[in-house]
Amino acid sequence: MDQIARRNIVNNVMLTITGICTVLTVSILFVVLGFLVVNGWRSLNWDFFTKLPLSAGETGGGMANAIVGSGIVISIAAAIGIPVGFLGGIYLAEFSGKTFAMLVRYTADLLNGVPSIVIGIFAWTVIVVPMHHFSAWAGGFALSLMMIPIGLRATEQFLRGVPNSLREGSLALGASKTRTILSVIVPAAKQGILTGMILGVARVAGETAPLLFTSFNNQFWADKLGEPMATLPVMIYTHAISAYDDWHRQAWAAGLVLLVLVLIANIASRWVLSRGASAQRG
Amino acid sequence: MGTAVVTAPPQPSTRKITKIWRDADQIAHLVTFIFAASVFLVTVFLVYELWIHSGPSRAKFGFHFLTGKTWDPVAEQFGALPFIYGTVLTSFLALLISVPLGVGAAIFLAELAPPKLSNVCTFLVELLAAVPSVILGLLAIFTLVPVMRQYVEPFLKKALGFLPFFQGPAYGVGYLTAGIALAIMTFPFVISISRESLLAVPREQREAALALGATKWESTWQVVVPYARLGIIGSIFLALARALGETMAVTMVIGNDTGIHASLLSPGYTIAAVIANEFTEATGDVYLSALVELGLVLFALTMVINAAAQLLIIATTRKGSRQD
Repeated sequence: MDQIARRNIVNNVMLTITGICTVLTVSILFVVLGFLVVNGWRSLNWDFFTKLPLSAGETGGGMANAIVGSGIVISIAAAIGIPVGFLGGIYLAEFSGKTFAMLVRYTADLLNGVPSIVIGIFAWTVIVVPMHHFSAWAGGFALSLMMIPIGLRATEQFLRGVPNSLREGSLALGASKTRTILSVIVPAAKQGILTGMILGVARVAGETAPLLFTSFNNQFWADKLGEPMATLPVMIYTHAISAYDDWHRQAWAAGLVLLVLVLIANIASRWVLSRGASAQRG
Repeated sequence: MGTAVVTAPPQPSTRKITKIWRDADQIAHLVTFIFAASVFLVTVFLVYELWIHSGPSRAKFGFHFLTGKTWDPVAEQFGALPFIYGTVLTSFLALLISVPLGVGAAIFLAELAPPKLSNVCTFLVELLAAVPSVILGLLAIFTLVPVMRQYVEPFLKKALGFLPFFQGPAYGVGYLTAGIALAIMTFPFVISISRESLLAVPREQREAALALGATKWESTWQVVVPYARLGIIGSIFLALARALGETMAVTMVIGNDTGIHASLLSPGYTIAAVIANEFTEATGDVYLSALVELGLVLFALTMVINAAAQLLIIATTRKGSRQD
């Protein structure tokens, strides 16, 4: 009886501990959100969205150039990363032989695991060094490298999920392979692919390390894509480690804006996927 | 004859269209192949570039680069040991916190929580993984660092100050603070992958244990967890790879000190942090190539850990099949 009582106590204690672990880990998200909303909301104003940053120590100004800059750099990344991921994924799922597909899949996983700061070094060596100055192109290129593996694996995975009967049906009706892929297989997998692409964009939107020495930073508007360009993550970094209270205030505001954008993209991608799943079931 | 006249004209055009689509097949095959191959080539090129650009440093220091303790840009003496030490130590501290917490939460989510609650909690944890690291760094600077300086570190010094790990002034920034920030960034990986592996354990395993009179905890800890152990270890390796390569949050709270210190309260440096801080200011070929070589070391380290993680995760998810 003693034995059983002891085992029951151990059972209850350990199960309670796992519950506490869950509460602790889940609540951290709310702590993060809470601090950012409280501090960020206080610091947000209209100037933040419309004005340029002022020089260090002055009060006021905003981050209009960084907001636009982030949009531009992410667009460059998407313009490179989405087509490569999508078309590469089609090759792996529809055309490729086994060995080659495994090789590419393995390197994509490898690329996915490369630390973001190392991606930054790579973009620096291939774009910044030959051009002799920092540029939005280099930043976009660095981010695209982080997007490609996500888009590629999502495309491949969801194309493989399309039942073979659909492929065979289309081919039996006389459609060519390309026609089958374009009008039957890709539409059937479009929700999954879209989810992968949104997740890819969301992942790179908050990346700072690859931008530090590629697109660098800029206190002003960049006239051309070949110039250094301000982005929100880099601005948050430089402002947060500065010594000025007003820059800290701006960093909180920028953090809130960035976090809201990233979380919206993440939730949207899930929503797209769940809608796809229920449409297929219904 | 009449029918032949009627049916003859469409035939060439159908054949033509078919031919166009067949040609299109060839083109599509080629184009998509180029894009798929480019993923492979760009990764190879990445390794090549790191190798070439770290050339001057490799030529000058050889393997002493990995064991050298001085990092002196003025004298052009570069040794990576303080950074390797800092990277490994902060990652180890991170795992020390995130693994028990993450595995505990994964057990709760896989074994105890009702599926709806489990899914919601997993969703929230995965959202935490999506929070950009610079934002966690911002939060750490203004909330974690003051708390560590005023409460946690003085307390640790008082309670455990006789150990060499908890000595020296409480700066707030340092190995321990960076380790805590990293723990927050890594436990989402531990939770979501461990939970998947636990869910992949066949239901019969649990039922057999319970039927033999095991309590819920005994069945979980002695049967289900060992069954899923490869996946759980895989998730830990994946978290480790993340922690080793993590840059921003660490850079903001590590304290930037190029020494090697036993005390966890002391400021230090990690590989990623030193690259982030010094790359744009580096002058001279040797200095720059030493930083690139640090990148190469970091790359090699994370690749090995990642490969191990992938193998372990593949090994477990093949073994069981999900029952719920």
